[in-house]
Amino acid sequence: MLINAKNLDHRGINDALRDTHDDCTIENCCGQRFIAAGMSDRHITIEGIPGNALGAFMNGGTVTVNGNAQDAVGDTMNEGDIIIHGSIGDAAGYAMRGGRIFVRGNAGYRAGIHMKAYEDKMPLLVIGGKAGSFLGEYQAGGVIIVLNLDTPEDRCVSNFPCTGMHGGKIFLRSDCRNIIFPEQVSTAPATDEDKAELRAHLNDYCAQFDLDLDTILAADFTVVTPNSSTPYRQMYVAN
Amino acid sequence: MGLDFMYPEFEVIRNMDRCINCHVCENECANGVHAFDVKRGIITADDAKCVNCQRCVSFCPTRALKIVKSGCELRENANWHHWTIREIYRQAATGGVLLSSMGTPNALPVYWDKILINASQVTNPPIDPLREPMETRVFLGEKPEKVKHDKDGRLICELPPQVELSMPVMFSAMSYGSISYNAHAALASAASELGILYNTGEGGLHEDFYPYGPNTIVQVASGRFGVHEGYLAAGAAIEIKMGQGAKPGIGGHLPGSKIDGDISRTRMIPQGTDAISPAPHHDIYSIEDLRQLVMSLKEATSYEKPIIVKVAAVHNIAAIASGIARSGADIIAIDGFRGGTGAAPTHIRNQVGIPIELALASVDKRLRDEGIRSRVSLVVGGSIRNAADVIKAIALGADACYVATAPLLAMGCHLCRTCQTGLCNWGIATQRPDLVKRLDPEVARTRLVNLMTAWRHEIKEIMGGMGINSIEALRGNRLMLRGVDLTEKELEILGIAHAGE
Repeated sequence: MLINAKNLDHRGINDALRDTHDDCTIENCCGQRFIAAGMSDRHITIEGIPGNALGAFMNGGTVTVNGNAQDAVGDTMNEGDIIIHGSIGDAAGYAMRGGRIFVRGNAGYRAGIHMKAYEDKMPLLVIGGKAGSFLGEYQAGGVIIVLNLDTPEDRCVSNFPCTGMHGGKIFLRSDCRNIIFPEQVSTAPATDEDKAELRAHLNDYCAQFDLDLDTILAADFTVVTPNSSTPYRQMYVAN
Repeated sequence: MGLDFMYPEFEVIRNMDRCINCHVCENECANGVHAFDVKRGIITADDAKCVNCQRCVSFCPTRALKIVKSGCELRENANWHHWTIREIYRQAATGGVLLSSMGTPNALPVYWDKILINASQVTNPPIDPLREPMETRVFLGEKPEKVKHDKDGRLICELPPQVELSMPVMFSAMSYGSISYNAHAALASAASELGILYNTGEGGLHEDFYPYGPNTIVQVASGRFGVHEGYLAAGAAIEIKMGQGAKPGIGGHLPGSKIDGDISRTRMIPQGTDAISPAPHHDIYSIEDLRQLVMSLKEATSYEKPIIVKVAAVHNIAAIASGIARSGADIIAIDGFRGGTGAAPTHIRNQVGIPIELALASVDKRLRDEGIRSRVSLVVGGSIRNAADVIKAIALGADACYVATAPLLAMGCHLCRTCQTGLCNWGIATQRPDLVKRLDPEVARTRLVNLMTAWRHEIKEIMGGMGINSIEALRGNRLMLRGVDLTEKELEILGIAHAGE
């Protein structure tokens, strides 16, 4: 089904989406928020720029954006795929518990904040370009990968990555010598085992964006993991 | 013994003439106070471990036990209170942030106690609730500003989503984790029987309690624990927790040691990992951002459920509430600084925030002044202790009240304020299976239903005394209130006259 978003607000678009169970293409999208919020099936293709909170509370299905996306993409997402052919705003994948977000371009601040994992649910956020400050803040689970494919001369992630991280894993395609990490995380060069894990994570990503997996994996990667899953244990005294 | 030794705060007095060495006290105390001294053939007590929860006292078959203040205190000092000195010793020994439970015990003003209620005499008749119908039902949610008709003159009856309560009281947020499964079972089933709502807190909704969905408020907080499509769909309303009266401005943290089995499943996080709710929602830095979360929840649930935004009562609460009313929220919940908690840093609990009475009065006035009062319902908590507090809150402008400490007391809590230890002998604030099973959910439900039924009768009686037969006619009816022992400023903020005026 084709939805022309030109004269629709977010409610208009979502009402149209709720009225059908077919795959949909949204044309002329220009900043309408909450598209596919709570959606649990179907493939949605968006031509243009969706507004904030794209795919919030999403529970399945696929959203492909042929352009950039704005803030809070995939907020508390539980399942499904969001594929962004451009760049993405702040707080992407906030508290996402499952599903995948693939971004070809850059991500803003606080990507992957408070991401979690639970049993068979393992969220994956892959950023093809650079990530802004506070990447993986409070990360409690899941995997974040930053590839920095386009501007290798720049740092792959800006300031204060992994603050409060207490679970999950981050792969950065860099030796990370120019990045300062907080004390509660450990960094190590990726081992062969890590590269095998990366290969599994990146297979679909590379297919999606027509990239060569081997070329990407040939570069240095750094793996970031938290030192403790209970960093706040000793902070209190009963009164 | 040594540098930071403190003589125990409580003393366990055992009347040896009555003690029959039955070991009940020993078995009932999870803190390990009582032990059998084989050599002497008697049960002895380690006072230092006692938290004065009264479990042993209540269960001693011969009434041989009582707990008293030990009275061994440091030299009197009005500035350096002995409690302050104890806190310093504790911190000097551990380097830890002081952590306390339940609402502040400090002697700060309780305005409810300085407000008196009116009654009819001679010039208008009181109503007897036993003889005449009294309406205690309330509907929470946005109300239309005016009556609308379609082009044929027919009334347009479409309303924004509402929740119906049989009386203006709800059980406020307590997470599964902070309280036990059995406590949640009792709250859920009592709310269902009473026709009111209970609140999951930020701990997710246990799979067994989904049938109580129509009487459940599901909470979404900064950690988003247990939030998924089915959870949002299950509740009658969704509450965005921005703050809590006992700890405004800070987040929550359930230690990894308490995240096991069911709790891990319900929060949807791995066992043994700290469950951290960050202080801010990192996507909310403004009213516009709040609107974004409100609207994304509405979109995710097809505009079928009212959205509650819960905030702590802080200095600029009137302006904050005005912003929330414009954010698309249907209900604003305000939690006063005397509100309870499973654990909060002591000084934040005792020092941060403002009393709910003043917050409520100023918010209600502000929203009326701005002509947006009908856009939202107001729910207040922290702390509402009885039916009279409910009446006063309604007359100050609230649509309904949140209560938590009172229902906990109804279930057996003795307000010993040590929830943070997880060793609640009454089976409420604990996850230890042997302690949890002490709380019989059936008995607890009956006691909750009894309490609320009694309050409902009292509310009717007090309303009847005022000649009012409907909660709607009491809401914001400040003429029914008078202040005693209050300053001009306090009366001005509360919007009530002094007694005698």
